[in-house]
Amino acid sequence: MSSPSSRDAESPVVTTVMAELLVWPALLAYGEAAVAYAGVLRAPVVSGRLAIWGVRVGWVTQTALLLVQALRANGFPWGTWAGALDLFVWLVVTAFLLWGCNARYRLVGLLVMPVAAVLLVASWAGGGTESGEGVHSGVLLGLHVGLMLAALAGLTVAGGMAALYLWEERRLKQRDSRLFRLRVPPLETLDRLAARVATASLVLLTAGIVFGLARLQRGRFDAAMAITLALWVALAALLALRHESRLQGRRAAALQVGVALLVAVVLPITHFAS
Amino acid sequence: MNLALVGVSHHRAPLELRERVAVDIDAAASLAHTLAEGCEAVVLSTCNRTEVYLAANDDPTLESRAADALVDLARGRGEDLAPVLYRLSDESAALHLFRVAAGLDSLVPGEGEILGQVRTAFERGSTGPLLDRLFRQALHAGRRARVETAIGESPSSVPAAASALAQQVFGDLAGRAVVLVGAGRMSELTARNLTSRGARIVVVANRTREHGEDLARRLGSRPAGLDELAEAIGSSDIVVSSTSAPGFVLRQDELAGSLRRRRGRPLLFIDLAVPRDVDPELAAFDGSFVYDIDDLEAVVEASLAGRRAEATRAERLVAAEADRFREWQASLAVVPAIASLRARAEEIRSAELAKAEGRLAQLADGERRVVEAVTAQIVNKLLHLPTVRMKEAAAAADGVFYAQVVRHLFGLGEDEQPR
Repeated sequence: MSSPSSRDAESPVVTTVMAELLVWPALLAYGEAAVAYAGVLRAPVVSGRLAIWGVRVGWVTQTALLLVQALRANGFPWGTWAGALDLFVWLVVTAFLLWGCNARYRLVGLLVMPVAAVLLVASWAGGGTESGEGVHSGVLLGLHVGLMLAALAGLTVAGGMAALYLWEERRLKQRDSRLFRLRVPPLETLDRLAARVATASLVLLTAGIVFGLARLQRGRFDAAMAITLALWVALAALLALRHESRLQGRRAAALQVGVALLVAVVLPITHFAS
Repeated sequence: MNLALVGVSHHRAPLELRERVAVDIDAAASLAHTLAEGCEAVVLSTCNRTEVYLAANDDPTLESRAADALVDLARGRGEDLAPVLYRLSDESAALHLFRVAAGLDSLVPGEGEILGQVRTAFERGSTGPLLDRLFRQALHAGRRARVETAIGESPSSVPAAASALAQQVFGDLAGRAVVLVGAGRMSELTARNLTSRGARIVVVANRTREHGEDLARRLGSRPAGLDELAEAIGSSDIVVSSTSAPGFVLRQDELAGSLRRRRGRPLLFIDLAVPRDVDPELAAFDGSFVYDIDDLEAVVEASLAGRRAEATRAERLVAAEADRFREWQASLAVVPAIASLRARAEEIRSAELAKAEGRLAQLADGERRVVEAVTAQIVNKLLHLPTVRMKEAAAAADGVFYAQVVRHLFGLGEDEQPR
């Protein structure tokens, strides 16, 4: 175990070079996966295989990058908007990988991986993938940011599944005769998974908000917090409707996509603005 | 070793001839054991083909024995059978079996049952080194074709399309409740396809209750009248309808209430009737999907077109597997020469060591082991390249010539021949 002082003694050049060496393969692999997922519509087997290997390689490389950042930093390494974006991308890809290896979920990758690749590029451009000193704001901030980002990543993946549900439901309604040319998860499975991921996200979001409130200074309630609470209320209402009124199908999926859009539009302006 | 295949299939023989030579798996196994005197034998019999595979060392009668076996099976129609028999040997026989296992020779490309039938025939046959290798590789080729291409993924009949649609909506069909409206042949076939995937028929509703009772008994469900439909549909997942009624049996105004109460819970209507039983307006409700016979036939047609497109890729894959088998089979031709060459080299090495025994006796045990190891290594290294080259030549069809040259150059087998 190296102490903070011994870490200070390590050459910052080495960790910076390591971070640079890791970020490019991760970017390339995610980019390759995004392109290969686009090809799934034409050549499902070969493109699907290339895509999932791109995701795996990118995820392993980005995990190594995050480890380098964590080892190098004395504080919380993902405290800036760009750093948070870096961690967010990793969480999204991790959540996707839970199902993405199954051939039927390839089209979720078509929705998720281009977003992940673009966000990682944005993070890199903003310096979020560099190995820096980190933000010295204590454990509570780290837990708050980590849990919030995990929740948002979960909601992004749940939104992707709900979008896939709407697309697949439309094909079934239109009685598309080429329905079986593309392997897509069954409607009920997509609906159930989106609900489960959203439920897990609500738990993470609640915990993230609790840690955020614990470090809140008196009188500092701001717009970002209001938006976060609004998101929590929207998500809780959706899950309550699902549970109590047994709402499912197209309306539930549309609401789930709405929650994901709320995440995509509002939160970058608030949580990633620091 | 040689391989012979004689068979009759749907490509050239009408059903009345195929059924003459069709045998069940026990009879096929029994025939294979009978034919296997002095050779290896497998009999593959399905509804589309009966084929006899025989393999032996340099036996020119293999093909005629296989053909005779099929003619005997034809029970007095042998003269009709002879013109439609196909006879293949070695490489072409292997390629044929690989195509059969991959479903490329089937009536419906990529159909799923044939792989299991090939496996059963193999397991119940009398196999030796060649047929064992051939059938294992055929099963491997069949699995590859299904995993690496989409040839077997989509439905190829109306009942299968209905079940595949249900799976696309619900995923696992285990425990899913099905309501059958009408007791026609098509709805029974569809019901059986659904139950084979785990669904359960809860109600058979029919205008004539007696007809419904008969089918309900066979399917293990409850008979009902058409007036009970709305209630039954409220708690079901799939509705299969096939009545001869002149108008809609399932109308929007009658079912709107129960569909709204489902709050988006999926309900799949399979309408097999002409004229249609299910009001297409029912598809407007959230979670409600309506497929009529034309939709299902379009799905089947698109699936078959997809399968035919995938078949081109599967053909390439199967051809590569057949090439691998050909190389392996060709290498068998040089194996005896390689074995003789190695045995001869070992014999010389042992003899020379024995000659030097007097001088080697003064060596310590450790030193003797070193001498043994070094001489063995020299022999192995000298023979390694000729062995590899002979196997390569065998794959390129020069194997027999190379084997003869090696036998001649090293005098292999001359001790046994009269001088």
